[in-house]
Amino acid sequence: MEQAALYLATMLTLAGIYAALALGLNLQWGLTGLMNFGGLGFVAMGAYTAALLTAPASASHLGGFGWPWWAAWPLAAFAGVALALPIGAIALRLRADYLAVATIGIAEIVRLAVRNEDWLTGGPLGVPGIPRPFEALGLPWGQVAYLALVAAVVAGLFALAQATARSPFGRALRAVRDDEEAAKAVGKNPARLRLQAFLLGAAFMGLGGAMLSAFFKFMGPEALDPVTTTFLVWVMLIAGGSGNNTGAVLGAVAVWAVWAATDWLAAQLPGELATRAAYVRLFLIGLALQVILLARPQGLIGERIGQR
Amino acid sequence: MSGGAPGAAPPALAVRGLTKRFGGFVALDGVSLDVPEGSITGLIGPNGAGKTTLFATVAGFLPPDGGTVSLRGQDVTAAPPWRLHQAGLARTIQIPRLFARMTVLENLMVAAPDQPGERLPLPWIARARIARDEAALGERALAVLARLNLADHAEAPATALSGGQKKLVELGRALMSGASLILLDEPAAGVNRTLLREIAATIARLNREDGITFLVIEHDLDLVAELCDPVHVMAEGRVIASGTMAAVRGDPQVAEAYLGMAIEPVE
Repeated sequence: MEQAALYLATMLTLAGIYAALALGLNLQWGLTGLMNFGGLGFVAMGAYTAALLTAPASASHLGGFGWPWWAAWPLAAFAGVALALPIGAIALRLRADYLAVATIGIAEIVRLAVRNEDWLTGGPLGVPGIPRPFEALGLPWGQVAYLALVAAVVAGLFALAQATARSPFGRALRAVRDDEEAAKAVGKNPARLRLQAFLLGAAFMGLGGAMLSAFFKFMGPEALDPVTTTFLVWVMLIAGGSGNNTGAVLGAVAVWAVWAATDWLAAQLPGELATRAAYVRLFLIGLALQVILLARPQGLIGERIGQR
Repeated sequence: MSGGAPGAAPPALAVRGLTKRFGGFVALDGVSLDVPEGSITGLIGPNGAGKTTLFATVAGFLPPDGGTVSLRGQDVTAAPPWRLHQAGLARTIQIPRLFARMTVLENLMVAAPDQPGERLPLPWIARARIARDEAALGERALAVLARLNLADHAEAPATALSGGQKKLVELGRALMSGASLILLDEPAAGVNRTLLREIAATIARLNREDGITFLVIEHDLDLVAELCDPVHVMAEGRVIASGTMAAVRGDPQVAEAYLGMAIEPVE
């Protein structure tokens, strides 16, 4: 029983972290139409920033400053913004697809830097010993308390995303998304609005990375891969309902439940089949995305027109 | 509204020697024209004459390769569209491009300039103030919709409107900007006769009652004759004639530019 509760708390915590990432992507893609395929880069910036600031001192990587989480996490969000600023300033002035290419490239650069800059990130050894808030409470209560913290952060991000989407600022973002020329004709500055939405979304992703590194208690190059950090979030947003914050959260929880369930199922298979199943799972996620886009492009709950 | 001693006030819009090239193609070849304050000025000419390019260049959508644009005596050459929008110049687009995933009302509200709620972090920290602003803005947008006979469609998605109604919303967005100079690109194209009369009457009323100056591209020459004075005629990137519609109709150069298009002398 206790084991089941612990498992549930673990799964819900990860679902919550994914919800933060999906909310960030919704600000960028759902509201503003920015194709960010480099989620991993922004998550990694936040994850490593929080890891280096909160971990105990170590010779194998920079710092280990032993900061408390509440001081480190805002800086992790800021690290996401710091990565987004130069990309956005350059790529957002160009056509939409250039941003997609630029973000894929930057995510790869971040991934390689993390793996190879040993002095900074510990290289392949990563950053161990990251403290998780409330772990002193022991199991299962420490896990439950961390879930509560993640839930509170996600609730805060959700409120912020809603306030953004429903404001005149959000309306201007939707104008830029729907028709850039017309947005200019009604006096909007698309480059500025896009940059703001891009930075805001990157802050959400950086914060998500911070929560992820504390959850794992470890951050290394293997902990983040493009499939689970970038593309799974896209699937979540599109399945849940792009343009709708509630849809983003719902999609994160629903897709994570399916993803985790297939993980468990695959593990029950004997020997070599289990290894193969991991790849079948990737194929299935891609297939699911195709089916959703064809059968229900608006997702579980799509964007509502009016009634804001 | 029109009139005033010659040289007293600068024209609403003065274009001088405006040039725009696309590669080797010269779309605007030193265009000079005035839009007098308080007028409804017409801009006619055959397809490909450069009329829409002129609009795009004047309104800051395309950088010019030469020449100047001044708005009431202020040089605004190559200013970005949002700056011109703030300065009171609005432009409608030939084929109406409404924001598809917004209601008709939202399409108008978004067009208001200088909205504090568009500046972060105000949407997060000044919610009450923004709610007040939004309520007032909604009222104003509804009033504009009422003037355009579209009040019943306020909550409809923009995609549900007919082509002619979309043209009216496009005009409504220009009105929401509070612009004192509106560039209208073919307000009557593809619109049925009834709605055409309505659009013409609306433009005339806005000019008369609100003192809005218009520069209108239009192919329906009868409509131009009825609404516009003066009229500029463009062909091959140049202004080839200017004056009243009656005067330019009699101009042999204009007749030649239209090449076969029947331009009867005005009755």
